[in-house]
Amino acid sequence: MADKRIKVLIAKPGLDGHDRGAKVLAQGLRDAGMEVIYLGLRLSPEEIAESSIQEDVDVIGLSCLSGAHMALFPKTVKLVREKTDKDVIFLGGGIIPEKDIPKLKEAGMTEIFGPGTPISQITRLIREKVK
Amino acid sequence: MAELKGEKKEYRTTVDGLPVKEFYRPEDLQEAEVDPGLPGEYPYTRNIRPDGYRGRLWTMRQYAGFATVEETNKRYKYLYQQGQTGFSVAFHLPTQEGYDSDHPLAAGEVGRCGVAIDSLQDMEELWDGIPLAEVSTSMTINATAPVLLAMYAAAAEKQGASIDQLAGTVQNDILKEYIARNTYIFGPAPSMRLVTDLCAYCAENMPRWNPISISGYHLREAGATAAQEAAFTLADGITYVEAMLNRGLDVDSFAPRFTFFFAAYTNILEEVAKYRALRAAWAKIMKERFGAKNPRSMMMRFHVQTDGFTLTGQQPLNNIVRVTLQALAAVLGGAQSLHTNSFDEALSLPSEQAVQVALRTQQIIAHESGVADTTDPLGGSYCVETLTGRLEEEIDRYLQAIDDMGGALEAIKRGYIQREISRSAYDYQMAVDSGEQVVVGVNRFTSAEPHAITPLEIDESVEQKQVARLRKLREERDNGSVRKALDEVRKTAGTEENIMPALITAVKSYATVGEISDALRDVFGEYREPNII
Repeated sequence: MADKRIKVLIAKPGLDGHDRGAKVLAQGLRDAGMEVIYLGLRLSPEEIAESSIQEDVDVIGLSCLSGAHMALFPKTVKLVREKTDKDVIFLGGGIIPEKDIPKLKEAGMTEIFGPGTPISQITRLIREKVK
Repeated sequence: MAELKGEKKEYRTTVDGLPVKEFYRPEDLQEAEVDPGLPGEYPYTRNIRPDGYRGRLWTMRQYAGFATVEETNKRYKYLYQQGQTGFSVAFHLPTQEGYDSDHPLAAGEVGRCGVAIDSLQDMEELWDGIPLAEVSTSMTINATAPVLLAMYAAAAEKQGASIDQLAGTVQNDILKEYIARNTYIFGPAPSMRLVTDLCAYCAENMPRWNPISISGYHLREAGATAAQEAAFTLADGITYVEAMLNRGLDVDSFAPRFTFFFAAYTNILEEVAKYRALRAAWAKIMKERFGAKNPRSMMMRFHVQTDGFTLTGQQPLNNIVRVTLQALAAVLGGAQSLHTNSFDEALSLPSEQAVQVALRTQQIIAHESGVADTTDPLGGSYCVETLTGRLEEEIDRYLQAIDDMGGALEAIKRGYIQREISRSAYDYQMAVDSGEQVVVGVNRFTSAEPHAITPLEIDESVEQKQVARLRKLREERDNGSVRKALDEVRKTAGTEENIMPALITAVKSYATVGEISDALRDVFGEYREPNII
């Protein structure tokens, strides 16, 4: 990744307004040298997919603490995959029960990061996975 | 993950908190010119009443709500049987944000982080078997607070109560939504109108109702330090008082029913100092800035919730200890009402077992620890009095800065408050990631075994059930009356008349939360806050 910075889009789909983690991560990834677009909250999967494609991001980070992740994350993955062949990385965070993680990964999420995850762990994974 | 052993560079109460000395002495009190006075005496640093908890034990009020009204009604009865003394309603996000359960944006959200309430029919069933004339209920509702209060009042009337008997609180604090919690719908001006309409309506018609709970809890959760939590909340309070005065109301006609809501963090010393500093600061604001004459206008009454952010998904049983310390801080600080989080906080909504432990925590503190038997037991402590004085100074500093900007609304518009909080949140994360701030079970004293907790699950069928109920209601009600009522809401919203009567008529026609909110959207428009990191 010599010339081009890794581009990350962070967004909160659905109605959940708890944005502390999403904002802290956005700052952390910026400090790690990545280009971060913080799209904000109360977004539909369609809006997130649209912006991700427009911005040609490498990583999409989705945050949801309200329990609606099963309805929102897979849908977002599907919409993005329909519009691009690029191997975008999908990361998820929030309050996500352990039993849902395999299902989310099956639906195309690369990794889920729950409460207590250090930022460096996320940075490391992104650098590993983004070619 | 490697165990971190970051070095403590300096001793502070929390990351970005107050510096803490090795030990405090009487001279520290003299230097700080501390004079806390007595409980029940202006400025009420030590407590608003001399008899403290002997006179009135704090209300044990567990925030609860999930799935549909059946499950929540059952949980409310369980909590009451287990000894809680006040109700506290958690609504699911669609209700909070003005959407019905069948709205596209509600997909996946129905019943997930609160109870689904779409109409008065739901509200009536929520309280089945619970006499509203005899209980006290707090409802965490903000953008749609006027609608839900109208529903509560209408449900109570159906039970045979008169609304002037009703005791409780609505949160109704829109400013902190813009700052941190993010369930606003409309822009600041129409939202302030709705907030003050509700307060004015209650001042006239519901003398036992607290029409607002000016909140710092959510600011703290978003990353604010103790001083920021306190200062920014008071700044919001000042703005609400000014807004009420601008309506031509006398300060003593509404201020006695203004209440507050704060977090309880794990650093006991700073939290107790915070509550004491808050009482003194608010009393002085009410007397000196607003000329209040009634002492009750100066007495800060507040609810506390133990801080959710501090609870971990790793080794969840540790959270029982954290909540105990936090609840103790709230009680030592003289809170009027308390919610204790359940140990499964980071995993899901509380299971019955977990919420029982949370309630028992309060009961054990109340009846076995002795700290409730004397008012402000830490009063006179060299450390706590010094920290109280320091926090009051910090509060004054922030309030001065916000005053210079033109008040809280302006500070919010400029993003000042949001950025301060965001920076504190980032500082905290850096301290945890470096190991400087120890979080037991997370960055030190970790263990590989997974926890054995079975989290509460909300079944997918909840959404289908609620949507079906909603659709049936829309078919069975008198849609002519609904249309007429919604027209009246729109019409009233466009004038300066108090919106509450039109909302009460609308909810009684079984217009839904979404429909009424849409009528208001038609007049006020919808607001999108710029993203501020």
